[in-house]
Amino acid sequence: MKTIKLASVSALSIAAASLASTAQAEDLTLCWAAWDPANALVELSKEFESQSGHNMSFEFIPWPNFADRMLNELNSGGKLCDLLIGDSQWIGGGAENGHYVKLNEFFDKEGISMSDFADATVYAYSTWPKGTPNYYALPAMGDANGWFYRKDWFGRDDIKAAFKAETGRDLAEPKSQKELLEIAQFFQEREIDGKTVYGASIFTERGSEGITMGVTSALYPWGFKYENTPGSYDMEGAVNSPEAVEALEFYKEFYETATPPGYTNSYMGESLDAFKSGQVAMAMNWFAFFPGLYADPNTGGEKIDFFVNPPQNQAGSTLGGQGISVVAYSDKQDAALEYIKWFADPDVQAKWWSLGGYSAHNSVLNDPGFVDSAPFAGDFLEAMGSVQDFWQEPVYAELLLAMQKRLHDYVVADQGTAQEALDKLVADWTEVFEDEGKL
Amino acid sequence: MSETPAARAAAVTPPSVARKIRGLSDRAIAWIFVGPTIFLLLAINIFPLMWTIRLSFTDFKANRNREVEWIGLRNYQRILTDSDIWLNMQATAHFLFWTIFFQVVIGFTLAYLINKKFKGNDLWTTIIVLPMMLSPAVVGNFWKFLYQPQIGLFNYVIGFFTGKDPSSFEMLGQVNLAPWSIVIVDTWMWTPFVMLICLAGLRSIPDYIYEAAEVDRASKLRQFFTITVPMVLPFLMLAVLFRGIENFKMFDLVVQLTGGGPGSTTELTSINLKREAFEKWRTGYASAYAIILFVTVFGLASIYVKALNKVKER
Repeated sequence: MKTIKLASVSALSIAAASLASTAQAEDLTLCWAAWDPANALVELSKEFESQSGHNMSFEFIPWPNFADRMLNELNSGGKLCDLLIGDSQWIGGGAENGHYVKLNEFFDKEGISMSDFADATVYAYSTWPKGTPNYYALPAMGDANGWFYRKDWFGRDDIKAAFKAETGRDLAEPKSQKELLEIAQFFQEREIDGKTVYGASIFTERGSEGITMGVTSALYPWGFKYENTPGSYDMEGAVNSPEAVEALEFYKEFYETATPPGYTNSYMGESLDAFKSGQVAMAMNWFAFFPGLYADPNTGGEKIDFFVNPPQNQAGSTLGGQGISVVAYSDKQDAALEYIKWFADPDVQAKWWSLGGYSAHNSVLNDPGFVDSAPFAGDFLEAMGSVQDFWQEPVYAELLLAMQKRLHDYVVADQGTAQEALDKLVADWTEVFEDEGKL
Repeated sequence: MSETPAARAAAVTPPSVARKIRGLSDRAIAWIFVGPTIFLLLAINIFPLMWTIRLSFTDFKANRNREVEWIGLRNYQRILTDSDIWLNMQATAHFLFWTIFFQVVIGFTLAYLINKKFKGNDLWTTIIVLPMMLSPAVVGNFWKFLYQPQIGLFNYVIGFFTGKDPSSFEMLGQVNLAPWSIVIVDTWMWTPFVMLICLAGLRSIPDYIYEAAEVDRASKLRQFFTITVPMVLPFLMLAVLFRGIENFKMFDLVVQLTGGGPGSTTELTSINLKREAFEKWRTGYASAYAIILFVTVFGLASIYVKALNKVKER
């Protein structure tokens, strides 16, 4: 009888709560890139809809147009998005141009603590100016650039023997960038099961951010720094240091000697295609794609394994990932903040990880079972420990496009030397910061 | 009594309106008709142009909330002394020259052949004009596949005839080939347009001129150079003008094919301008850039139109 009473009271409470919330129900639109994790978020958000009574709509833009489309939306004060999972580099512009709502007061009121999230993600996705306790986003999706490879090929005796004979060492996951290149060169144009395969697919895309994300995956392990002293914008000798030159030359050599023909403008999609079609032995891509790759019936499961971007002079991975922000032009900010509060809940974060999203919440990452929860979970943790991000300045787009041009000119178009490319990059960036009055 | 259009219009005009109009001069009535068009022209063309000129002297950035500074000719000076922009100009000139050259030569040849009466003439005309009916985005995408070194038909065909390994060259990825790859696609797509204009020119030549030439025992070659070419020339020049203006602002096809790469090899001025204006958001700088391009196109087009008029007068 007691149970029946309790059930009745609970049912009434839920009904009342849902009626109350239905009375103020809003149609919220969340904007993000169109990729695997976005589908997981749609699934996850159904729980929010049933709890809050709000209706969630989603606007997912393909990656190559994501920045263009969303930044235009923000710059024009558009009301399309109430919530935006924007790239980490947008945080400076989002904060300084008034596109994002500052969340400090809300976090304090709702008891959301940034110390509950991984430090690297809070620094990268939430704060502006960098490292200060001014929060404009909640870490939503941790990510870094990593690698995956054909475990079945690496495990074949004939291939192992050939590799040993050629290099004098065992074929295994690379422990350095140079080992990575050596393995890729070994597979380049090798016949496997009657088919010519290639070393690795890497990022070379010109239009948005591709080649910069690829090259920085070599630059960071070589010890690349954007400034001699953080915050000084003093780039001469840092951006074009001998280590940076060596790393850039390395990437060019990688492109020329270990990638499939025609990979002159490739990014995430092309990298995935090359791997899934059995064209390459290894590929670089964001951890966000790894759950989907592991689940792939043809090249996933036992045929695939993952590794973190190998170190060289130091460990270093290119940061991906995003924070979730409330758009300042939204008329539904209260409901949007409700979503953020719900999303920050540790249980929701645990479900987010289980669905294929990369939670940055410490309760998920520090869980004893986390490392074994997926074949790439340990690599993800390791990568997030040594991530580095591109400039997050409000003028990041100018800085990024300058780097895209200089890198593509050198790596793909074979124009000039690595030293010249980086010297020109310093000149471009100096001009941008002078225009901004920061130099 | 026959009903003129004016009489019919007067009959259906309400008396109150008729009374008001009756008091207006011809000039006033003309202004009533022309006024809305002039207003639209001012609002959509002239005002933005003036505003762009104004912005070109500032450091305005449309995505920043900061005070706009008047910087005089600095944007113009930067653009005209930027070696990268001159490289973009060179890429544009290369694209313009070769696309127009091939389109005129092939377009005129096709028109000349199609103009001859033969079986299936109409069918061939329809097949030839098909490419220009497609969207540039679609054309760019499928040519990207045709140029693919491993599976592309283009590389295969070249390999078949030259004995080269199809995957040994990359039309879109090699600095020496990429500019030609976009020329080939644009020529494939827009040659039919030039052909149609030339065909109109060829069909406008009266038969009696050729008959008179035949009577005078002029050879076919002589007839071609003294009748056909001079009489089609104004049409050809018009086609060149249209294609020149179109290709100067070429954007979609090249973005789909190469994205401006490899490096900046195929980064035409229109692509570069778009990056400055809507990716870097250097609005003032991009305005100056746009004005420079506008003056260039306007200047060249004016000279060309004068030449065209002279040819017509002959």
